Amino acid sequence: MHIVVCIKQVPDSTQVKIDPVTNTLMRQGVPSIINPYDIFAIEEALRIKDKFGAKITAISMGPPQAKDALKKAVSLGIDEAVLLSDRAFAGADTLATSYCLACGIKALNKENPVDLVICGKQTVDGDTAQVGPGIAVRLGFSQLTYIEKIEKIDFERKEIFVYRHAEKGKQYLKSRLPAVITVLDGINELRYAPLPELFRAARYQVKAWDKKLIEIDENLCGMKGSPTAVKRVFAPTPRQRGEMVSFNERNPEETARALTEKLLINKNG
Amino acid sequence: MAKNSKGKIIVEIIKNKCIGCSNCIPVCPPDALFMKDGIAELDIEKCIGCGKCVKVCPTNAIIIEKAIKKEPQIEPLVSAQKSSIAAYKGIWVFIEQEHNAPHPVSWELIGEARRLALKLSAAVSAVILGGKKEELEVFAREAMQFGADSVYMASSESLLEYRTKPYAEGLVQIVNKYKPEILLIGATTLGRDLAGAVATRLKAGLTADCTGLEINTENLFLEMTRPTFGGNVMATIFCENVRPQMATVRPHVMPMPKKDAARVGKIIFDDLKLPEAEIDTKVIEFIVDAVCSDSGLHYADVIVSGGRGMGKAENFSVLRELAFVLCGAVGASRAAVDAGWVDHSYQIGQTGVTVRPRLYIACGISGSIQHRMGMQCSDCIVAINTDKNAPIFDIATYGIVADAIKFVPVLTKIFREKLAGKNVFAGVEK
Repeated sequence: MHIVVCIKQVPDSTQVKIDPVTNTLMRQGVPSIINPYDIFAIEEALRIKDKFGAKITAISMGPPQAKDALKKAVSLGIDEAVLLSDRAFAGADTLATSYCLACGIKALNKENPVDLVICGKQTVDGDTAQVGPGIAVRLGFSQLTYIEKIEKIDFERKEIFVYRHAEKGKQYLKSRLPAVITVLDGINELRYAPLPELFRAARYQVKAWDKKLIEIDENLCGMKGSPTAVKRVFAPTPRQRGEMVSFNERNPEETARALTEKLLINKNG
Repeated sequence: MAKNSKGKIIVEIIKNKCIGCSNCIPVCPPDALFMKDGIAELDIEKCIGCGKCVKVCPTNAIIIEKAIKKEPQIEPLVSAQKSSIAAYKGIWVFIEQEHNAPHPVSWELIGEARRLALKLSAAVSAVILGGKKEELEVFAREAMQFGADSVYMASSESLLEYRTKPYAEGLVQIVNKYKPEILLIGATTLGRDLAGAVATRLKAGLTADCTGLEINTENLFLEMTRPTFGGNVMATIFCENVRPQMATVRPHVMPMPKKDAARVGKIIFDDLKLPEAEIDTKVIEFIVDAVCSDSGLHYADVIVSGGRGMGKAENFSVLRELAFVLCGAVGASRAAVDAGWVDHSYQIGQTGVTVRPRLYIACGISGSIQHRMGMQCSDCIVAINTDKNAPIFDIATYGIVADAIKFVPVLTKIFREKLAGKNVFAGVEK
């Protein structure tokens, strides 16, 4: 059994801001972390490994320093880690990113057939949720997004049963392996890094693959392979501090009346 | 003029303008640019001053103080693409329907498409997939009443329940046949699942979760604005060489158009061949959510949310009661979830649900940045907190310094009197 987890190193997005005067991005000194949604993907893979035994490979595309995120994944119990890094991969939108990751996973698949690819719901920097579906289509694997729970996996019969979040409820789905699943946040709780894994991670050498080491068409990668481009970035209109409604402690009903009137007028006006 | 030790004129990076898109990295012939701490850095000794990076920088963060020779850039591939994209015409809106009910975001997008169509002098069409032709016809007529000029409709047994593969296959077939210039899809769980698969199949550009759409008056490209970095930064995206231009658009952002019962139009029907045997995913069961569940939270018009200040699980009953009177849903801050008072599916914020209701009532919530990121786009925010310095008041439309546990029941009573069962906050018009 071979499970691949896709992760991304992202800036802690709560700390990235736009200078409202100059409209420039202020990201200096912002720490890099594993995309928080990917943590759920890592833990889900570890749980499957605990139950069935499996090899887990983490894969990421990014600049050389993204190795740190992969090392962190190893410290949590991931077996192998691969970084796809090449300047030809830079400047990629989601179409080019999913192509590159799919090429990397194909290379892994050649070494050791992949049964399951697990991704987080989306990243906190891009918030697109498009890379998981992109990988599934490129690999021709079953696409299962917004998974709330993996109910059952039968590696022998190549079957997977999942609960998928839908707009008005949830779908209970049966699908075939190999599959790409994106898991919802809250599907599990991450374990603490076990001590032996921490030691292993400290010594672990993350594999770095560039365009020469995998089968990949350079024209479909990075900026060249990206149909979309950023025109400009700017700060969202900041929310103004509104009005304080004074609280009448002796007569809270009066306060409630004043507030409901404001809300209903605001609504009609 | 900046030069390196070899006397070459070199580029300069204006660090605070760099957005870390890394577009410049692959175009640099001598590999002089690299990413460091999320922004571009220059190895000045390697730079040859060719200026290729200057041209690709979207924010003019790289400058060079000499004229860059304009190379004739008409590559055969690009001109071939240009002529083929002219074949794509019209704005399409995907009508999302599940279990015989269309999602309201579809109608919002028809209204938005009409506005964009004025600037493009284009027609607006709806595209609708599903299992039963008769049911789809009802929605098709509704789409035309909301503003669609025509409707592309396709039905198949295998489209009865939403599954990625047959829906993506069906939509790809229709898009390839009729070639729309723009394809808009609601940014729902269904829409984002489908759009990601369809765009990859079409090799088209897709911009996720947009909150603003505009047509560039010079080149007539669709300009799609969306929040990134958890809403701290807005980015405007465009797609030059590939059609259709695809976007998923967040529900509740575009105003709901008015229905015109007299509007009619043409239905173009396709009978798709989507053999069930080729679809690996089967729906065993659909479990409909109870009211006030997580999914109710996503699209609720009113949310009454509780935090640490609610004190204990039992006190959430006063919030449920207010939510009931306002036909809304109950949410919570992380503090309340971590305390075990409510389930994680109620959590609003960075690691929970992002919501955008018309009215958000924050009760006993201090308003950490993580929580604000999940609710700061609400139309109207009411904050009730005992701490007058709580950061939630900085973003509240109306703030009240009071104990929510005591004040909320009073508010519920007054609302009950005034509303007498009417649902005044429902999402009709802004």
